[in-house]
Amino acid sequence: MQENWTHKMSISVTHNYTDQPEPEFSAEKLLEVQRFINMYPEGKQKSALMRILHLAEEEFGGWLSVPTMNYVARLLNIQPIEVYEVATFYTMFNIEKPGKVVLEVCRTGPCMLVGSDQIIEYIENKLDIKVGQTSADGMFTLKTAECLGACGYGPMLQCGKHYHEHLTPAKVDELLDTLRKEHSDK
Amino acid sequence: MGRKLLLEHANVPGIETFEVYRRNGGYRSVEKALKTMSPQNVVEEVQASGLRGRGGAGFPTGMKWSFLAKPEGVPRYLLCNADESEPGTFKDRYLMEKIPHLLIEGMIVSSYALGCNQSYIYIRGEYMWVLEIVEKAIAEAYANGFLGKNILGSGYDLDLAIAPGGGAYICGEETALIESLEGKRGNPRIKPPFPAVKGLWGCPTVVNNVESIAAVVPIVNDGGAEYAKIGIGKSTGTKLISACGNLVKPGVYEIELGLSVEEFIYSDEWCGGIANGKKIKACVPGGSSVPILPANLITKTAEGTDRLMTYESLAEGGFATGSMLGSGGFIVFDEDQCIVRNTWNFARFYAHESCGQCSPCREGTGWMEKVLRRLEHGQGHMHDIDLLAEINKKIEGNTICPLGDAAAWPVAAAIRHFREEFEWHVTHPDEAVKRNFGIASNHMPLV
Ligand SMILES: Cc1cc2nc3c(=O)[nH]c(=O)nc-3n(C[C@H](O)[C@H](O)[C@H](O)COP(=O)(O)O)c2cc1C
Ligand code: SF4
Ligand code: FES
Repeated sequence: MQENWTHKMSISVTHNYTDQPEPEFSAEKLLEVQRFINMYPEGKQKSALMRILHLAEEEFGGWLSVPTMNYVARLLNIQPIEVYEVATFYTMFNIEKPGKVVLEVCRTGPCMLVGSDQIIEYIENKLDIKVGQTSADGMFTLKTAECLGACGYGPMLQCGKHYHEHLTPAKVDELLDTLRKEHSDK
Repeated sequence: MGRKLLLEHANVPGIETFEVYRRNGGYRSVEKALKTMSPQNVVEEVQASGLRGRGGAGFPTGMKWSFLAKPEGVPRYLLCNADESEPGTFKDRYLMEKIPHLLIEGMIVSSYALGCNQSYIYIRGEYMWVLEIVEKAIAEAYANGFLGKNILGSGYDLDLAIAPGGGAYICGEETALIESLEGKRGNPRIKPPFPAVKGLWGCPTVVNNVESIAAVVPIVNDGGAEYAKIGIGKSTGTKLISACGNLVKPGVYEIELGLSVEEFIYSDEWCGGIANGKKIKACVPGGSSVPILPANLITKTAEGTDRLMTYESLAEGGFATGSMLGSGGFIVFDEDQCIVRNTWNFARFYAHESCGQCSPCREGTGWMEKVLRRLEHGQGHMHDIDLLAEINKKIEGNTICPLGDAAAWPVAAAIRHFREEFEWHVTHPDEAVKRNFGIASNHMPLV
C-alpha cells in the first residue's frame, strides 16, 4: 500500500473481491446520501461520489470492499468502474481492510523538522510493526501521510476525523492507551 | 500591531456562530453589495484593491474575474479552493475553523459579482471536522436569509454547498479540482480551454483560494482604494502567513504586506526567533514549491537591501538569489537541519503526489526521489548531483500542470545554494548514515 506511486496507474481492486452481499445504508443515512446528491444539478449526481465514499467507509468497517463500491455505484446510477477509479486514486480511501484504528503520521518536511521521524520510529517500536503494517492484535494500523495542514503544530497524526498535534512519546503512550480502551470492546 | 482585516474577530468567543459574527459587523458587505452595488461595481472594487490570488500564484483576482465568459443562458460557477495541501501551508484551515462565516460572506459577495447562482467550497478530505464547522455555518446563513432564494429581498439567488476531497495534493490545481468535483480522479486538464471558458461541467468557472475570497469582504466594506493603501507597490493588503519549522512561536499570522522578514522572524510580536536559541540556516518562504533561501539571503537580498514580505521583494534576485511569497507557507530551518534530507523529503512528497498522467512528471519525480534518497543515505555519487539537474531539465515545461515544475525547482535551488552539503554526503557516506536522524521510516530498498 505504501510507496506505490510508480504503480499508481495500475492499482487493482479485484483482489479485494469478496462474495459478501452488498451492504446497505440505514434509512437515516440514505437521507444523508440524498442530501449530498441534492447539492448538485440534475444529472450531476456523480459529484456526490466522494462524500458518499467517506460515509461508506465510516459505516461499513473503515474500508471500501468491492461489494461496498458496487453498492455506491448503484446508489448513484454509475458504473462500478467509475467508483473503483476514484477509490484507488485518493489516498484516504482504504481498499484493504485496516486495523480497528488507523494512525496516520505526517512525514513531510515541516513536521520532520520538529521530529516526526522520531515519532514514527517510536510508534513502530512500541507496536512492534513497520509503517504500513497492522499490530498483531489487529488493533492499530500505522501509516504515514503527506502534509496534513498542521505544520505549525507538529509532529502530528490523524486518527479518523481527529488531529493529534504537538506529539511527544508520552503523548503517544497516552493516546494509544485511550484508543485501545475505546476500541477494545468493538 | 499591524492591521487585521481577516482575523480581527477570529478570537471573539462564539464567532463561529451566525449571531456573534453578525453582532461583530458580519455580513455587512452582503447588504452593501446586494442593495447598493451592481455586480460590475464589486468587480471594479476588487480590481482597484490590487488583491492578488492568495493560493500561490499571486494572479490579480479582479483581472481573473474579468476573464470569466458570460454566454447567455449558461450557468457560471465560483469554486473556493480549500484543498490546502502545499507543505508548510495551514492558513485556510485556521480561517475556516475560527471564523467560517467570513468565508461564506466572501462567497456570497464574490458569487454575486460573478453572476453565479450555485457555488461550491472544495475542501481537502482530511479537514472533515472543518467541513462540519463550515457546513453548520452555511445552514445558519440559509436560516437567516443570506443564502437561498431572493437574498435580502434583492432578487439574487445563491446556493452554496461544500464538497470534500479524498487526500490528493494535486486536487489543489484548479482543473484537477474541477475534475474531482465532478466525481472523478484528480487528473489536471490540458489548458486551453481555461476554466474561465470551460470549467465545471463545461461551464465558465472561477477558482479562488479561501483567503482571496475572504479578502473580498473588507474590500467591499471599505472600498478597494482603502485596501490598496495597505502594503507596498503591487503587494497590497494583508496576508495570512503560516509559519512553521524551528521557530519559537510557529502559527498563523495576519501581516500587512511590506513587513520586513527580519521583523517577522525575530520580533516577539510574530515568530519570536529561532527555537532553542539556535541560528537560522535556511528558509522556504512560500510553501514547499518555492526555492529555498540560505541564511545570507533571507533577511537581505543579494544587493544588501532589506528583504520584505511582499511578492516582489521575496522574488528579488530571480531564481539565482530570490524565492517567492507563494502560498505564505513560511518554513524555517535551524542550523542542525540537513538540507539533503529535506530536499529528499520534499521530492518524495512530489513523487507521491504526481497524478501520473504525464511521463516526465511521473517518472521524473520518482527518479529524483530515488537519487536524492541514495545521496541522503550515503550511497550517492558525485555525478548524481548533476544527474538531478539533468532530470530537472527534462521535467520543466514538459508537463500538463505545474506540479512537475513545482517538484523540480526546489531541488535546483537546494543544489544551487547548498552544493557542498550534497557533496559532503558523497564524500562522507558513513557519517551521512550515522547522523542521529531517525531513519526508521525508510524501509524502501536503496537503488
Ligand atoms: C499542484 C498544485 C497545487 C495547488 N494547490 C493549491 C491549494 O491547495 N490551494 C489553493 O488555493 N491553490 C492551489 N493551487 C493554485 C490553484 O491552481 C489556483 O491557482 C488557485 O486556487 C487560484 O486561486 P487564487 O487566484 O485565489 O490564488 C495549486 C496549484 C498547483 C499547480
Ligand atoms: S505534471 Fe504531474 S501532476 Fe501535473 S498532470 Fe502531469 S503527471 Fe499529473
Ligand atoms: S508537514 Fe506535517 S502537517 Fe504539514
